[in-house]
Amino acid sequence: MTSTAARRIRAKQRPGDRLFSGTALAAGALILAILAAVAAFLVIQGIPGIAADPEKTTLLEGTNFWAYVGPLVFGTLWSAALALLMAVPIAIGIALFISHYAPRPLAATLGYIIDLLAAVPSVVFGLWGGNVLAVGVQPFYAWLAENFSWIPFFAGPASGTGRTILTASIVLAVMVLPIITAICREVFLQTPVLHEEAALALGATRWEMIKIAVLPFGRAGIVSGAMLGLGRALGETMAVAMVLSASNVITFNVISSTNPSTIAANIALSFPEAYGLNVNVLIATGLILFAITLVVNTIARYIVNRRKEFSGAN
Amino acid sequence: MTTTTPARPIENAYAAGQLPRWAPLVMLISSLATFVIIFLFVQAGRPASEFNIVGAVLFGVVLYAVVLTTVSRLVEGHRRATDRLVTTLVALAFVIALLPLVSLLYTVVINGAARFDIDFFTLSLRNVVGEGGGALHAIIGTLEMTLAATLISVPIGLMTSIYLVEYGRGRLAQAITFFVDVMTGIPSIVAGLFAYSLIVMFFGPGVRVGIAGAVALSVLMIPVVVRSSEEMLRLVPNELREAAFALGVPKWLTVTKVVLPTSIAGITTGVMLSIARVIGETAPLLVAAGFTNNFNYSLFSDRMQSLPVFVYSSYISQGTDAQAYIDRAWAGALTLILIVMALNLLARIIAKIFAPKTGR
Repeated sequence: MTSTAARRIRAKQRPGDRLFSGTALAAGALILAILAAVAAFLVIQGIPGIAADPEKTTLLEGTNFWAYVGPLVFGTLWSAALALLMAVPIAIGIALFISHYAPRPLAATLGYIIDLLAAVPSVVFGLWGGNVLAVGVQPFYAWLAENFSWIPFFAGPASGTGRTILTASIVLAVMVLPIITAICREVFLQTPVLHEEAALALGATRWEMIKIAVLPFGRAGIVSGAMLGLGRALGETMAVAMVLSASNVITFNVISSTNPSTIAANIALSFPEAYGLNVNVLIATGLILFAITLVVNTIARYIVNRRKEFSGAN
Repeated sequence: MTTTTPARPIENAYAAGQLPRWAPLVMLISSLATFVIIFLFVQAGRPASEFNIVGAVLFGVVLYAVVLTTVSRLVEGHRRATDRLVTTLVALAFVIALLPLVSLLYTVVINGAARFDIDFFTLSLRNVVGEGGGALHAIIGTLEMTLAATLISVPIGLMTSIYLVEYGRGRLAQAITFFVDVMTGIPSIVAGLFAYSLIVMFFGPGVRVGIAGAVALSVLMIPVVVRSSEEMLRLVPNELREAAFALGVPKWLTVTKVVLPTSIAGITTGVMLSIARVIGETAPLLVAAGFTNNFNYSLFSDRMQSLPVFVYSSYISQGTDAQAYIDRAWAGALTLILIVMALNLLARIIAKIFAPKTGR
């Protein structure tokens, strides 16, 4: 560059331009303001709940706030973890199927079918989980309790209704499946074709090609997809509220009739009848849920964005 | 006749040591058949039991995987055997994902048909105990709140995406992009709690109104609108903008008269998909708008029912005649699924017909 580079010519600022760009800027800033407001309002309304007097707040039943929220946090994390454990391997399988196994003309349609799962409203999943799935898996739980009760997770006694945390997690897994699949699929498709062809040219079978070219390339995508799915599973309300028969306990037993509830489901079940400080207690639990999902999603987005820079895919 | 037997020529040297193409299919059919027969015998032995089709298919697939891997290992070696096993597992993963979808759609249609009648779409639940009644009040509530949420979110979301694509540079734009992503992950019930806390400031404690539900829905809707519109605006070729600038058109007119009309179909699709996403939201409406059995046309006073909450409350608080409540819940679910599917389909059709011509 020479030092005689022309001075940048500035466009004439018309009132219409100022108004329009100002509006656009305001809309963008408003989004930041909304997010800040969500946090602020939850904090303002939640703090009285955290500091609530256990004797005067019926929901707390004499214990303090942290003892009340503890099992809920456990249930939230536990059910989401179970859901991910089931969803991630299947999602990777589906993504591979669509990106590398299915016939090319079919792939888009198959992807659309999986996306259909994401379009089903959560309340319908809840209805299905409570009325169909719970009934369907109950004999299986009974069998597990009979033959595998030496594993602590299946200690039993098996729930008579099938409405256990495992059932809720299965429903959650089905709900997060399309999210994880979509991200994995996209990343797998971005694998450099030259890497794949090089592997095949060296005599690798299709699975070996995937193992040495596709999966290492897509690892960050799988992780971030799983994290986004985790975020969804943590905050999902209806599927858990309508499937689980909950009591405020901490247990790793996944097939018995005493199950920990989750934060979101607990709010949905208790909020309509809540009054006075109980409302603040519930909002405080919501604040904790907000914080957990915020951390999970931020990490996921950070991984996605970091990858974007060196993938060369965009 | 001589006694010399010429060495049998290899039919296809490249296919040596490979399973024929039909082998996996034959193995699949025979393993399935094996277990169907076994289960038929089991059923014959225990007359009271039903034929267990799920068990038969499950064991049949497991047998198929074992047989295929073993045979392939003997004929083709372990590398190809692993490859075949993985192919089976990957295809199986897809089938497993289809099971809940098929089961869900099937049960919703079968159970929902019972109350999917005229009454359901013309009556409310006012003074209804047990059978009868309808969900018109819920449908009206859903339409009003979703419409209000759309009216709030589309201008904000669209202007933000215009800012990000046409004006945004530097840290603020980066921050907005990042926080829009973060906002996508807000749990829906937290959005409901936010709307409730906000409305309590204006209306006093314990109030549930329709507009709060709309606010909660827009918190969920805005990031979806921003993301989809942003993507569509970025698809508009830069040459169009440059051509407009070269003619001396001001920037804001370039955006409104050139960029937006070019991408309007994609933006419409995005908006419809975002509507489809929030129209099925239950938790925020349950918290912010409450539930009721009466008609309520006003967004600004009293509780407002919505279709998802109708399904939820019919299911959770079953009255004396439980079956009537369950039937209504299923009919509501069917209506909801039909609405969401229609929106999705319409959005895809619009996207397909008016897809921007990229020139490739």
